[in-house]
Amino acid sequence: MAEKQVRNFNINFGPQHPAAHGVLRMVLELDGEIVERVDPHIGLLHRGTEKLIEHKIYAQATPYFDRLDYVAPMNQEHAFCLAVERLLGLEVPRRGQLIRVLYCEIGRILNHILNITTQAMDVGALTPILWGFEEREKLMVFYERASGSRMHANYFRAGGVRQDLPETLIDDIEAFCDPFLKVVDDIGTMLTDNRIFKQRNADIGIVDLDDAWAWGFSGPMVRSCGVPWDLRKSQPYECYAEMDFDIPIGKNGDNYDRYLLRMEEMRQSVRIMRQCITKLRQPQGQGPVCADNDKIVPPTRGEMKRSMEALINHFKLHTEGFHVPAGEVYAAVEAPKGEFGVYLVSDGSNKPYKCKIRAPGFAHLSAMDFLSRGYQLADVSAILGSLDLVFGEVDR
Amino acid sequence: MDETLRDLGDYIEAVLDDKIIEWRVSFGELTVLANRTDIVEVIRVLRDDPRLKFVSFIDVTAVDYPERGQRFEVVYHLLSPKQNARVRVKISTGEDMPVDSICGVFPGANWFEREAYDMYGILFLGHPDLRRLLTDYGFDGHPLRKDFPLTGYYEVHYDDEKKRVVYEPVKLAQEFRNFDFLSPWEGVDYVLPGDEKAEG
Repeated sequence: MAEKQVRNFNINFGPQHPAAHGVLRMVLELDGEIVERVDPHIGLLHRGTEKLIEHKIYAQATPYFDRLDYVAPMNQEHAFCLAVERLLGLEVPRRGQLIRVLYCEIGRILNHILNITTQAMDVGALTPILWGFEEREKLMVFYERASGSRMHANYFRAGGVRQDLPETLIDDIEAFCDPFLKVVDDIGTMLTDNRIFKQRNADIGIVDLDDAWAWGFSGPMVRSCGVPWDLRKSQPYECYAEMDFDIPIGKNGDNYDRYLLRMEEMRQSVRIMRQCITKLRQPQGQGPVCADNDKIVPPTRGEMKRSMEALINHFKLHTEGFHVPAGEVYAAVEAPKGEFGVYLVSDGSNKPYKCKIRAPGFAHLSAMDFLSRGYQLADVSAILGSLDLVFGEVDR
Repeated sequence: MDETLRDLGDYIEAVLDDKIIEWRVSFGELTVLANRTDIVEVIRVLRDDPRLKFVSFIDVTAVDYPERGQRFEVVYHLLSPKQNARVRVKISTGEDMPVDSICGVFPGANWFEREAYDMYGILFLGHPDLRRLLTDYGFDGHPLRKDFPLTGYYEVHYDDEKKRVVYEPVKLAQEFRNFDFLSPWEGVDYVLPGDEKAEG
C-alpha cells in the first residue's frame, strides 16, 4: 500500500471549554494524539488594570488587585500595599501585621482548595469540588465578617488593614481550623491513592529545576522540583519571620507532586493561622491595626464626626489622596500561585506613574508549550489544572 | 541588606565594567543601568557568573516617559536564589530603536517581551514570535503609552440585528474626568480657567 501523506491536525481548545479555567483559548497542533505545539491565546479577560491604576489615586488601586486573582484576593492587595509602604517608609503596627498574615493564609487555603478540587474535576473526580466548596464558603464568610465583602475585600490598606477584627470572629476562625484539617484529610483519602488520579497526574508535566527558574516559575511550580524556595521564609515580609512552619517540597516536578505539595501547604497554613490567633490574643498583639499617620491613613468615622482636623484629612485623603515620594520599588509576596510582584514607579504625585503587575500565572502559562509538548491531548487539561491559573491575573 | 547589595553592585561593575552605565541602591533594591546594545550580554553574565547566579527570571516591562528623547525604559527583574538577592536592570530606548531580545538567555522572557511590544510598541530583535498578546485580534495602537487615552478609541457590543459583535468609535456620555487637586494657592504654574481675562 502506498504511503499516505499525513498532516498534523489543529484543534481549538476553549475559550468555552470547562477545563480552560475561564477564558483561555489554545490552538493545539496534534500529531495523532500527541501534542506537537501549543499556542495559548490570552487577553480575553484583559481589562487594562495597569492603565486604570495609573489614572487613579493610590487608595483606589487596591480594589483592582482583588479582581486579579479573584480566588485569593487579599494576597494581591498585600503586594501593592507593601510596595506603597516601602516608598512611603511606613511601618505597619504589629496587630495589623498579624491580621494580614492571618488573612493571607486564609487566602492561600481558599486558592489551594479551588485548585486541587478543580484539578481533580479536570481528570474526572466530581466529589472533591463539592466538599471543598463548603469549606471555601466558610472562609469567605470570614472575609465578609472582616471587610464586608465575600471576595473583593479591599481590606488591606497602605499602613495596615481597614479595621480591627471582632473577638468572636477570631474565635470562629480558631474553631474552623480543626474540622478543616479533617476535610483536607478526607479530600486526600479520595485523591492521593486514587488510581485514576495518579494515572492522570503522576509523571505528567515534568519540569526540572533549571528550566523552572529560566521560565520564571515560582511557588509550588518551583518547589515541586525539590527546592525549598518560599518568599515567606527566604525573604520574610510582615511577621512571617516569627512564624513556625515547614515548606513542603516535591521530588519529581510533576503534576502529582504539585498536588501533594498544595495539600501539605494547606495544613501548614492552618498552622500559621493558629499561631496568628494565639499572638492576636496576647497583650503584645493588641493595639492599632493601621499606622498612626493622619496624612496617609484616613480617620475613623467617629473621629471624623467630632474633629475638624480629621474631617479635613478625611476629605483630602478621599479626593486628592496621599502623595508618594518619587522612586521605584519591586515588592513581591508569596501568593498561593507563586511570586506575585508589583513594580511601582512613583513620580511624587498622588497617582502611580507606572504599576506593573507581575502575575505568577502569566509566567506559568507562557511555558504551556514547553510543558505539554510530547504529551497526549488528554494530558493538556491535567497540566493546565496543575499550573493553577486564574485568568483575572494572567490577563490583568 | 544594603551592604550586601552594594558589594554585589561593586562586583557587577567590576565584571561588566563598560557595559553598564551606573548602579545604585535605593529603597533596599539594586538597580543597574545598562547600555541598550549590550543588554543580552549583561543578562547572560548576571545569569552565568558563578558568584551572581541570577538564574531566576522574574519580569520584563517598560515605562514610558514621553518627554525624554528616548522615551522608553525597558526594565528587567532577576532573582538569584543563591544570593537571595534581586537585581533590576534598566535600559533606555526610543520608539524606533529595537532592543535585542533576551529569549535566548531566558525562554520565560518570551511572553513578557510580547506584552511589552503589545503595550508600548517596543520592538525586540531576534524574538521568535513577536505578536500581540493581550489586546484584541486586529487591535491598533499601544495602550500603556502615556499618550493613549484611558477610554481607548473603539468600543464593541453585540448587535442583535446583525447577529455579530460590532466595533464603533467610543461614545461617552461624560469624558473621563481627570481632577487636578493641587491647591491654587500653592505653586500652580498654569492659568486657572477664568483667570486669563484678569491679565488683559
